[in-house]
Amino acid sequence: MIRFEDVSVTYDGAAQPAVQGVDFEVPEGELVLLVGPSGVGKSTVLGAVSGLVPHFTGGTLRGRVTVAGRDTRTHKPRELADVVGTVGQDPLSHFVTDTVEDELAYGMESLGIAPEVMRRRVEETLDLLGLAELRNRLLATLSGGQQQRVAIGSVLTPHPRVLVLDEPTSALDPAAAEEVLAVLQRLVHDLGTTVLLAEHRLERVIQYADQVALLPAPGAPPVLGTPAEVMAVSPVYPPVVGLGRLADWTPLPLTVRDARRRAGDLRERLAGREPARGATPVTGSLPNPRPSTSRWRVRKQTATSTRVQAATPTPVQTAEVRVLTVRRAHAEALHHIDLTITPGETIALMGRNGAGKSTLLNTLVGLVTPTSGSVRVGGLTPHRTAPRDLVRRAGLVPQEPRDLLYADTVAAECTAADADAGAAPGTCRALVSELLPGVTDGIHPRDLSEGQRLALALAIVLTARPPLLLLDEPTRGLDYAAKSRLVTILRALAAEGHAIVLATHDVELAAELAHRVVLLADGEVIADGPTAEVVVASPSFAPQTTKILAPQQWLTVSEVREALA
Amino acid sequence: MPEEGAPKGRGELRAQPRRSRTRQTTHSGTSSGAPNPPNSLHPGAWWTWSLGLATAATRTTNPLLLSLLITVSAYVVATHRTPTPSSHSYTAFAKLGLAVLLIRLAFATILGSPIPGTHVLLTLPQVPLPHWAQGIRLGGKVTAEGLTFAFYDALKLATLLLCVGAANALANPARLLKSLPGALYETGVAVVVALTFAPNLIADAQRLRAARRLRGRPDRGLRGLLHVGLPVLEGALERSVALAAAMDARGYGRTAQVPASVRRTTAALTLGGLLGVCAGTYGLLTAEGGTYGLPLLLAGVVAALAGLRLGGRRTLRTRYRPDAWDLRAWLVTCSGVSVAALLTLAATRDPAALNPGVIPLVAPTLPLWPAAAVLLGLAPAFLTSKPSKPSKSPREPS
Repeated sequence: MIRFEDVSVTYDGAAQPAVQGVDFEVPEGELVLLVGPSGVGKSTVLGAVSGLVPHFTGGTLRGRVTVAGRDTRTHKPRELADVVGTVGQDPLSHFVTDTVEDELAYGMESLGIAPEVMRRRVEETLDLLGLAELRNRLLATLSGGQQQRVAIGSVLTPHPRVLVLDEPTSALDPAAAEEVLAVLQRLVHDLGTTVLLAEHRLERVIQYADQVALLPAPGAPPVLGTPAEVMAVSPVYPPVVGLGRLADWTPLPLTVRDARRRAGDLRERLAGREPARGATPVTGSLPNPRPSTSRWRVRKQTATSTRVQAATPTPVQTAEVRVLTVRRAHAEALHHIDLTITPGETIALMGRNGAGKSTLLNTLVGLVTPTSGSVRVGGLTPHRTAPRDLVRRAGLVPQEPRDLLYADTVAAECTAADADAGAAPGTCRALVSELLPGVTDGIHPRDLSEGQRLALALAIVLTARPPLLLLDEPTRGLDYAAKSRLVTILRALAAEGHAIVLATHDVELAAELAHRVVLLADGEVIADGPTAEVVVASPSFAPQTTKILAPQQWLTVSEVREALA
Repeated sequence: MPEEGAPKGRGELRAQPRRSRTRQTTHSGTSSGAPNPPNSLHPGAWWTWSLGLATAATRTTNPLLLSLLITVSAYVVATHRTPTPSSHSYTAFAKLGLAVLLIRLAFATILGSPIPGTHVLLTLPQVPLPHWAQGIRLGGKVTAEGLTFAFYDALKLATLLLCVGAANALANPARLLKSLPGALYETGVAVVVALTFAPNLIADAQRLRAARRLRGRPDRGLRGLLHVGLPVLEGALERSVALAAAMDARGYGRTAQVPASVRRTTAALTLGGLLGVCAGTYGLLTAEGGTYGLPLLLAGVVAALAGLRLGGRRTLRTRYRPDAWDLRAWLVTCSGVSVAALLTLAATRDPAALNPGVIPLVAPTLPLWPAAAVLLGLAPAFLTSKPSKPSKSPREPS
């Protein structure tokens, strides 16, 4: 269906090709997963299928790409629109119209499909994707998962034979991701659609793939094979594969179910051992992980932990939120939130898209004014504090780290950050060198990869050394290597006594990093307790390792590895 | 989903839209059976109605009639506006109207009024101005006549603004553009995309100003806004490029093969027509071209329209649920046009009642039959059913 014949793509002004030696075929009706670390050219390969590379992006494409027999050299993207449907990373930038129904019809209108057929297909697609309730809604008012489903629906209505998706689930909460993937599987199974998909969160998608194409390194030709074969050699792999590699299971299990059936002996070997959570690696200067969910016990504990904190100038509680309610546009975004954040602890804020995670973080830095209740950060009320003073109390790395970057070069950005924070010149640059070794002064922040940009934003925020560090969805678009670097950095910060709050959909990250998980639903706290307790109890928020080794409470592969060592 | 599905499955799937269509026709009360979204009236009808009311407002300065016009348009907007972002613009237009009113009154107070009056309300200290500023007065006597005149004048302008606001609130201008002929469709989409550019730009600017706070810089004030200017423009540009890519990949700009002769005829007709329109307009406006002006203009319009129609052949596009021009649309249009026509007639027949004099200062009276004519504008409120309000719950499980 899709045929790459010795394809290489060189962008204008680039020294080497972005991808080369791409030579494989995607047969009709298969779901092929494109994997690889960040920056290996996954998006370029996907773009070549729809013809956007090179017709829209510029650059030179050597070799030949054919889709359903059409050569992309002679066919522009618009002439491939009836056979290829493309959904990019950000559904909002894909939308042309403003309501769900119009958006679904837009592609068909362009192709000149008869009105009766359009009407029928819109109704079918509304049902297929469960969007019937939302048909008259404005696209801007939908949640992330709904938007992603509309984006997929909008390319489905012209009945393309090929569907190309770039990270369709990376912005979604676990439940919404399941929903989108279920739709894709249904398309492949029932309708014979060919799907080519790139995704960083392999734990979500690997089980659905018929074949995996691995781009191991920039400029290296892809390796094609069955998921189990490729995962055995891949530099990026989900926890289930990590556990399989650790326990030497062959063939490698790809689903939790397969792994559980093999895990009997591993569970036996692990029986009686305890996850080394109390001793490693964060707790040098920390209180023990919270044993209880109740607030007063947490506070009592804070009192006992002041001894440890005596060295740092931070107050006893980094932040305290009491009966906080935030009302926005007639709806309550947050309702009666109580939260105490103590120095040195890492809290994962979880919950579905739109549950109020970002609002809570924004309230802590004063971007949102509470409707009622109180917020104290380092003894100050954030929304009444001048920004200059607040940066030394709390720092937020927003969902889009680029929002924090204004300057043309990394060096200029660092100088500005030192001035803003009133820190000694060179503070920020030293942090950047530590977090991002090998980044030169003259590089433009926009040319950095997603992970590097996050690290730069983090360095800028850390320049003011805020005791409270907030991160909104930090792992969106990060590969496993970038993620583990981030985990190392954040653990070190927590060990220094920084309190860290991260809003995330990434259950594996939360398992790896957080002492405590706060679950939000509809603006209310529905669970607050130690990671192991909260996460294990919820099927959608449990990490893969936990599911495989249940009822034992292991959270990550590295815990298991340490216990076995 | 696919056409080549089992015949049984196709039958089942097909039954569904048909069922929903019958439901709609009974719901909206039309018998045309047009695939029209329930309760939606052709946007052109709303715009004609609003512009009719606006035309009526230009014919009178009677504050009672103008207030009546405002009330009529506001009532229809209140009952019939659609829950789209453009409907919120009515409030913005109302504020603008109020601002116009206040500014006009302030100017009349401070700068005086050309209307001579005898009822002096108060005397402001007059600022002596140099001789080159002769004819401009700062301060001085403020007369009731001057203020009243300014108020009538400003109220007329505010009414006009509110009528345009009503049109915006009742029918999204983007939907009006959808009704353009096929040949102009792509231009229409470009305009729609450009229209969404401004709101996106504002949202970006707000987000980035907020981000300044995170870096410890003041997030308010002019400097805050200036500093985010470049990143905001960069972001907007990137989004536009992404949207262009998405539109291209979804078939925007696909054209059908048409014979070269048709292409050439189209170009000739369109160009010739536009030239004719220009020459004809020039002829009409100059004194000596009175004879050839009108025929040339008409011929130009006809040729341009024919060119557009022929040009439409190049586009493959079809329309999904086009807005049908049904009986209700005719009635709504009629209501607007008749208000305009009747008030124009009244203005010629009874100018004194429609433009109450300020010298001598008299209380305006409500002329009976023009007022009744304005009330005709309420017809849409009863002719068309209210739009169904979709649930506006901002948080929904995804």
